[in-house]
Amino acid sequence: MILASVITFKLALAAILFVITLGIAAYSTYFERKVAAFMQDRIGPNRAGPLGLLQPIADGVKMIFKEEHRPTGSNRILFILGPSIAMLTALMTSAVIPWSPKFFEIGGQKYALQIADINVGILYIFGVLSLGVYGILIGGWSSNNKYSLLGAVRASSQMISYELAMGLSIIPIILGSESLQMSAIVESQHEVWNIFKYPLGFLIFLICAFAETNRTPFDLPECETELVGGYHTEYTSMKLGFFLFSEYVNMFASSAVISTLFFGGYHFPGMSLLPAGVAVLIGVAVLFAKIIFFIFFFMWIRWTIPRFRYDQLMHLGWQVLMPLAIILVVVYGAIFSFI
Amino acid sequence: MDQAIFYGLALIAIVGALATIFFRNAMYSVLALVVTFFAMAGLYLQLKAEFVAVVHIIVYAGAIMVLFLFVVMMLNLNSVNTIIRSNVNIKWIAVLVGVGMAGILGYGTYLTTLPARGVNSTENGTVKVLGKMLFNEYLLPFELTSVLLIATMVGVIVLTKKEE
Repeated sequence: MILASVITFKLALAAILFVITLGIAAYSTYFERKVAAFMQDRIGPNRAGPLGLLQPIADGVKMIFKEEHRPTGSNRILFILGPSIAMLTALMTSAVIPWSPKFFEIGGQKYALQIADINVGILYIFGVLSLGVYGILIGGWSSNNKYSLLGAVRASSQMISYELAMGLSIIPIILGSESLQMSAIVESQHEVWNIFKYPLGFLIFLICAFAETNRTPFDLPECETELVGGYHTEYTSMKLGFFLFSEYVNMFASSAVISTLFFGGYHFPGMSLLPAGVAVLIGVAVLFAKIIFFIFFFMWIRWTIPRFRYDQLMHLGWQVLMPLAIILVVVYGAIFSFI
Repeated sequence: MDQAIFYGLALIAIVGALATIFFRNAMYSVLALVVTFFAMAGLYLQLKAEFVAVVHIIVYAGAIMVLFLFVVMMLNLNSVNTIIRSNVNIKWIAVLVGVGMAGILGYGTYLTTLPARGVNSTENGTVKVLGKMLFNEYLLPFELTSVLLIATMVGVIVLTKKEE
């Protein structure tokens, strides 16, 4: 009975999170165009509904009803598998993010708003992240187009390069909170947020997050001026939609991970002064506010900084971020073991 | 339930491994191997070895197989026929090595008595237990492995570096 209600709780949570993720990702596309318009002194989408608020729905409908096209000589199964994997892996990340402290009581045990509190949560995120590249690789290769292939190859080498620095940059956090569990990492930030303890780690992580989500200035895999559309050149209709959409889902997931690892997750100043129920509610809202800020930050950067050249990208990844991250690990390792 | 999941995963792993060998298209082979790795990670999860399962995915599916895929794509190895047909003897050597390997592994498994499942399983396989084991009981093998990896890395850098 208790097990059944726990399972129902988790399933409901997964369903709600799924809907919220898709909703935020859909409105990110609208938000992105509005932010771009604001930065370039334009108006942006304003035709569909009041303030253009129905634009994402209009776009979605358009995507679904567009003609499907598959290039000759492409691989039918893999051509469909590509965008599916991209979307699947994008949606998997947020499963380990804790959205609230342990508060909801089922059968005498307290549960947090978190789908899976596995004890290697942070590694799970990296695992899913490293799988994300399959969607792009398979999609790019199966299109039978040299631009797609080049885009896919760029994406994979970029992701592999930045994953290393990203993994190293969070080692100080793991050392500090003495756990790989996401809930424990958030709890360890009850007093001080990690950003104040590991500012350099945050910087490295942030840069790598941009590279991992293929956002400007690291959007070389879909660099229009050189590669037409990169790995999704040959895609049409909702398959293209999945690729574009998975980028926004990824952005949401990375923002959630950044907020959780460095900005205290659901913690906010004065949390312990409020009664538990209110604190939980505000905590969830605060976490979403942090996430939305970071989504905005992603867009802000996109319309501010131009794209890197490919050799600059590799130089930054391997010769700047990697050594920095290694130094960071050594320094914080020394601090934690001797002080 | 537990057994059904085990047999399901084992079946996927075996089918994936066979598919890896039998596909003519190198791309399919790589992807079939990725499926096998996932099934194996599932088996680790069943043994409550979360850390091993996730690291298995990160290292094998996330890094090594991506590199394989990368090479297959770059060299456009759509068919492996040419390599095999050029030297018939390779086939026999491969069979010999394969049978030898299976024999050694099989004999090794036959000799070891595996611990019963589910013994103090709450702590088993967590990072803490694994870390303590690696850095106490198995410190020397662990460090030797890391030296081996470093040596490989240095070797690769030396080999790929252009002469100046």
